[in-house]
Amino acid sequence: MKICVLVKQIPGSEATFNVTPDGRWIQESGLPFEMNESDIYALEEALQIREKMGEGEVFVVTLGPDRCQKTIREALAKGADRAIHIKEEAPFCTDPLTIASVFTQVIREENPELVLSGLQSDDLGFGQTGVLIGEMLGMTTATLVVATEIQDEDIRVKRELEAGWFQWQTMKLPASLAIQSGLNTPRYPSLRGIMTARKKEIKDVSFNDLRNVDFLQSFKKLSIQHAEKHTEMIEGSVDEIVSKLVNVFKNEIRIN
Amino acid sequence: MDKLFFTEEHTMLVEMVRDFANTEVAPIARELDETGRFPEEIVSKMGKLGLMGIPVPEEYGGAGMDTVAYAAAVMEMAKVDASVAITMAAHTSLGTMPIVIAGTEEQKRKYVPQLASGEILGAFGLTEPEAGSDAGATKTRAVLDGDEYVVNGGKIFITNSGKAGILLFTTQIVENGKSIGIGALIVDTDNPGLKIGPKEKKMGWRASDTRQLFFEDMRVPKENLLGQPSDGFKTFMKTLTGGRISVAALSVGTAEGAYQKALNYSTERKAFGKEIYKFQAIGFKLADMATQIEAAKLLTFHAAWMKDQGMDITKEAAIAKLYASEAAMKITTEAIQVLGGYGYVKEYDVERFFRDAKVLEIGEGTSEIQRMIITRQLMKTLRKTA
Ligand SMILES: Cc1cc2nc3c(=O)[nH]c(=O)nc-3n(C[C@H](O)[C@H](O)[C@H](O)COP(=O)(O)OP(=O)(O)OC[C@H]3O[C@@H](n4cnc5c(N)ncnc54)[C@H](O)[C@@H]3O)c2cc1C
Repeated sequence: MKICVLVKQIPGSEATFNVTPDGRWIQESGLPFEMNESDIYALEEALQIREKMGEGEVFVVTLGPDRCQKTIREALAKGADRAIHIKEEAPFCTDPLTIASVFTQVIREENPELVLSGLQSDDLGFGQTGVLIGEMLGMTTATLVVATEIQDEDIRVKRELEAGWFQWQTMKLPASLAIQSGLNTPRYPSLRGIMTARKKEIKDVSFNDLRNVDFLQSFKKLSIQHAEKHTEMIEGSVDEIVSKLVNVFKNEIRIN
Repeated sequence: MDKLFFTEEHTMLVEMVRDFANTEVAPIARELDETGRFPEEIVSKMGKLGLMGIPVPEEYGGAGMDTVAYAAAVMEMAKVDASVAITMAAHTSLGTMPIVIAGTEEQKRKYVPQLASGEILGAFGLTEPEAGSDAGATKTRAVLDGDEYVVNGGKIFITNSGKAGILLFTTQIVENGKSIGIGALIVDTDNPGLKIGPKEKKMGWRASDTRQLFFEDMRVPKENLLGQPSDGFKTFMKTLTGGRISVAALSVGTAEGAYQKALNYSTERKAFGKEIYKFQAIGFKLADMATQIEAAKLLTFHAAWMKDQGMDITKEAAIAKLYASEAAMKITTEAIQVLGGYGYVKEYDVERFFRDAKVLEIGEGTSEIQRMIITRQLMKTLRKTA
C-alpha cells in the first residue's frame, strides 16, 4: 500500500514568540522548530500499517521553507521511504484552501491509497488540510481518527466523538484520514535510521509554481496576548455585594 | 559548538537521546537512585535503538558513528541519569571497543554484533584490590595449560559485571612457567570458574551494577586472548583512552543536568522580594557554572574529534577528563548551594547529581593520575622542542 503522510514543521511549544516589525509573522530567528504533534502520530500510524502489511511505501510531503529539511530528515530517520518538499518562502501562505490545492496537485501525481495527516497544526490550528485534500482528490474522508484497520479494499476507522463516545466506521479506499494525537506510541528514530536518512530521496517542488488559486485569507496583523491580572473590589451592603457577585458570575465569568 | 563538531546526524542523535532520556528515563531516575535497581528495560530499549553500539563499525552490527557522536549521546543521557549513561559508556568504550580495536577477526565476529545490538552487556576488569591506579601491579595470573589458560585472581569495582554476557579483563600471562607480560582475556560470564560478588553499595551511580569478581581455576580458551601480551601492556592501555572521553562526557552531562535545575530554580525562587538570580552572588555562580560547562564540553568534543581524525589523544583525553570531572564536582556542589535547603533533599534531584559526580574524579584514572599523564606528555613535547 502506498501511504502519503503530511508533515508540518511548527515552532516548539515552549518557545517565546515575538512579532516581526511589519506585524505579519513571528520572528523566526532563534526559535526552536519541531514536527507538529499529531503529524508524529500520523507518521507512526503509516509506518505501522506498512509493517503490518509487510509491504508498501510511506512518503511524506511537507510545505514550508528550507528549515523544514530537518523535520523531513526526522521522518526519514523514523522510517519513511522518501519525501517531497514543497518549498515556500516567507511571507507564508496561511490560506487552507490554497494549501490544500497545492498539496492535492502533488499527491494526485503519486496516487496513494491512503493520505494521513495530523488532525490540526499546533501553530495555526485550522484543522482543514486533510479534509479539503480528501474532497479535492475524491477520497473518503474521516477526522479525529484514533484507530485504523485495513480490510482489503476498505479501511475501518475508529473516530472520537464527544463526551467519551467513539464510532467505528468502514470506509472505501482511497481515503484521507486526519489523525488524532495519542492513538499509538511514536517510535524514536534508531541510529540506523538516522544514518540512512541522508541517502533517501527528497524531491523539491516550488510552491509558487503550483499555486493556482488566489489566497482567500491572509494575516493582516499578528499580536501577542498578554495575560493581565485585574482585581476589582466589590463594595456596598451585603445584599449589594451578593447581587454584584452574582452578576459577575453570570455575565463575566459565565458560570451556569 | 554544535556547528563546529556536529553534522546533521549528530544533531538528530542528540535530539533522539534527549527525547528518550526525558520520556523513558527521567520519570524513574529517582526510583533507580533510591533502590539501586538496574534498569534492564531501559538498556534493552537502548539496544534496539542502536545506542549500545554507537561507534562500532556497521559491519559488526554497530551504528558506525564516530567518537563525537558517542560522546554527545553519553553527555545527553548523563544530563538525566548518570547511572544509565555509565552503563552504556562502560559497555561501549570498555566492554566492546577493545575487541573492535585489538580483537582477531574471529573474536570480532563472535562477540561484537551481540554487544553492539545490546543483546549482551560488556564489562571490563582492570582494577584489582591491590592494583588500582597502579594497574600494572595486577596479581591475576593466567597460566597456559594446553589450549586453555587457567586463571586465578580477581577484580574489584567492575561496572556492569553482574549483568554482563562477557567480561574482558587484564591478567599476567604465564607461559612455560614464565610471565610474558600483561594481556587481556575475553571470558563468557557463565564460566564456572567465575564467581561474581554482591552488588557494591555506592554513594552515587546507584543504578549502575558494580561488583567484585573472583577467578578460581577459571579455564579460558587460548583463542580468547585479546591482542598480544608481547605488544606490551601500554599498547593495550591505549585502547582505553576512549574511556577517558566517556568520563569527560559523563562529567559534562552530570554538570549540565545539575546546572539546568539550578538555573530554573533561580528564576522561580524569590528571597527579599526578588528572584534569587538577581542577587549577584547567585548570578555569578550561574555564570561560572555555564563557563566551566562550555569549556569542559569543548575539551571533550575536541578530544573526541581528534580521536576521530586518528590523532594521538593521550594528553587531550586526560586534560578533558581531568577538567570536566573536577568542573562537575564544583558545579554540582554549587548547584546545591543555589537551591539552598531544597538542594539538599532528594525531591529536587540536585543532590543525586552531586553524589554521581564524585566518582568521575576517581574512575578511569584518578585526577592525580590524569595530572601525572599530562605532565609526562608535557615533558615529551618539551624534549622534542628543545
Ligand atoms: C563506581 C566505580 C566503578 C568502577 N568501574 C570500574 C570498571 O568497570 N573497571 C575497572 O577496571 N575499574 C573500575 N573502577 C575502579 C577505578 O578505576 C579505580 O577505583 C581507580 O582507578 C582508582 O584505583 P583505587 O581505587 O585502587 O585507588 P588507589 O590507586 O589506591 O588510589 C588511592 C589514592 O592514591 C592516589 N594515587 C595512587 N597512585 C598515585 C601516584 N602515583 N601519584 C599520586 N597519587 C596517587 C590516587 O589518586 C588516589 O587518590 C570503578 C570504580 C568505581 C568507584
